[in-house]
Amino acid sequence: MIKIGVPSKGRLMQDCFDWFGTRGVTMRRVGADREYSGVIEGIDGVGLVLLSAGEIPRELAAGRIHLGVTGSDLVHEQLGSQAPEVVELARLGFGQADLIIAVPAVWIDVETVDDLDAAAAGFRAAHGHRLRIATKYHRLVRDFLQAQGVADYQLVDSLGATEGTVKNGTAEAIADITSSGETLRANHLRILSDGLIHSSEAVLWQSRLAPLTPGDREAVTRLAAALGVALA
Amino acid sequence: MTAKAAIRAEGERLFAALVAAGAVPVETDLLQPAETLLDLYGEDIRARAYVTQDPVRGEMMLRPDFTVPVVQAHMAHGAEPARYAYLGEVFRKQDRGSGRASEYLQVGYEVFDRTAPEAADAEVFALFRDLLAGLSLRPVTGDIGILMAAVRGLETTDRRKAALLRHIWRPQRFKALLDRFAGRAAMPAARARLLEKLALGTPAQLIDEAGSFVGLRSPAEIAERAEALVADAATLPIRATEAALLYDLLTLEAPAAAALTHLRGITPMLPAIAPAVDRFAARLEALAARGVDVGALAFEASHGRTALEYYDGFVFSFHVEDLPPVASGGRYDALTAVLGAGAFIPAVGGVIRPELVAKLRGLA
Repeated sequence: MIKIGVPSKGRLMQDCFDWFGTRGVTMRRVGADREYSGVIEGIDGVGLVLLSAGEIPRELAAGRIHLGVTGSDLVHEQLGSQAPEVVELARLGFGQADLIIAVPAVWIDVETVDDLDAAAAGFRAAHGHRLRIATKYHRLVRDFLQAQGVADYQLVDSLGATEGTVKNGTAEAIADITSSGETLRANHLRILSDGLIHSSEAVLWQSRLAPLTPGDREAVTRLAAALGVALA
Repeated sequence: MTAKAAIRAEGERLFAALVAAGAVPVETDLLQPAETLLDLYGEDIRARAYVTQDPVRGEMMLRPDFTVPVVQAHMAHGAEPARYAYLGEVFRKQDRGSGRASEYLQVGYEVFDRTAPEAADAEVFALFRDLLAGLSLRPVTGDIGILMAAVRGLETTDRRKAALLRHIWRPQRFKALLDRFAGRAAMPAARARLLEKLALGTPAQLIDEAGSFVGLRSPAEIAERAEALVADAATLPIRATEAALLYDLLTLEAPAAAALTHLRGITPMLPAIAPAVDRFAARLEALAARGVDVGALAFEASHGRTALEYYDGFVFSFHVEDLPPVASGGRYDALTAVLGAGAFIPAVGGVIRPELVAKLRGLA
């Protein structure tokens, strides 16, 4: 029996169920409303595991699930952009969101990452501490800024309501996921013109580390054929 | 003897030699406050150093190098002049599949001496050469001080010079800035758009129109930089002849004696480098006095610019193919001022990796 992990709730779960459903593989949650268990129908030898989207990269990397659906942002953040533990089988065309850097809209002198770097130098000289960027995507943001040679900034951890950190005085800028940009505007923030760090979408991943019996291999092949995706 | 024991024995042999040369043994904590290192090196160091959490002391780092704590210890209660030796583990995260050790011993030597910096440079280099004799290593030297002097001497605005100096340890970014300031790269489209917007009103008006004011960065700071951007757009590029000299300097690689002749040749056109070139000459004399063949010693003007350390003068390393540098070091005068809370002392030092020495000697 191979295991496929999919997000356990919300829009991402529903889009995921729909994507598999149109390909003849039915996924359903069963039991009481708060119970995270599910069934998969229309394919043999495959079990469904409902997980938090944020836990799916780790489960794939540990080989505890064979396949998994989760955002590319989460996989790249947790496992790195060249993670050898997983292979991308298909981009699913939903769950699109961009990880971006945004600054206060009133920063009329800051348009690009290059400007942000210069502003950070001035900010540090004036305030005695590094310019704070609130995010929960530490690895992606740091790699992006390091590649562009940005200095004098610091990442501060923000697990929610990141857009509010600037107004609340706990950060000068933010790096967060946005789909429409409305929340950013409502919080008086503006995206840097070259501040796109990662374009995320839901991806079907295969673990390279999950053990496969000959029977499991057949199940993977069968599932891939049903979904119309090529195996790596 | 196990490999690890052989490496430790090699480390102790090197350490004993440094102590015999007059160094005072010094110990530092394995757990270093993360804040100091982050303020010095920026967030980039998180990708290299192991960070851990202490419930009382906050974020701590497993010692990624000795220089910072040794400088701190000296600035806090060291007598002058001072020569220190240390031996212990450092911890560095490595890229996946690099095969490099993430935990290894370093043996180091640091000199704090005001009297004759060039003699101290030569002392450290010659000591390392002697300790590593017989290993067929290739020494490479450089001098970041010459590059910094050249930037300070450019005929351009202080703002441009400060931007270049700030990125001297990030060569790609430095090059991009220099290309722009020298007119070799066109103004980026985003900057042109920004300037168009800034032309539509005074900074105060534009800030007002941009919406509700949020954040700690004040209107005055924003306006100051906006005005500086407009002024910078009207600044003439760095003169082509001057820029050419700087580009030439960045790529200068030659035996040290020949490099000195070359630098003496360009000094009349770049007079600001004269004192730094004099120091370079004095160092070569001091090296020659210690039996270093400066006619053969490799010199690269950009050497050491990607190192973790804040080297700002002489830099050196000892190489062999297919291994990381077996030893490296340099002068870090500015670091002592940053960590010394106003106090300052010229300092130079370096580290050797006993694991690589043992490997080359066939011991581990």
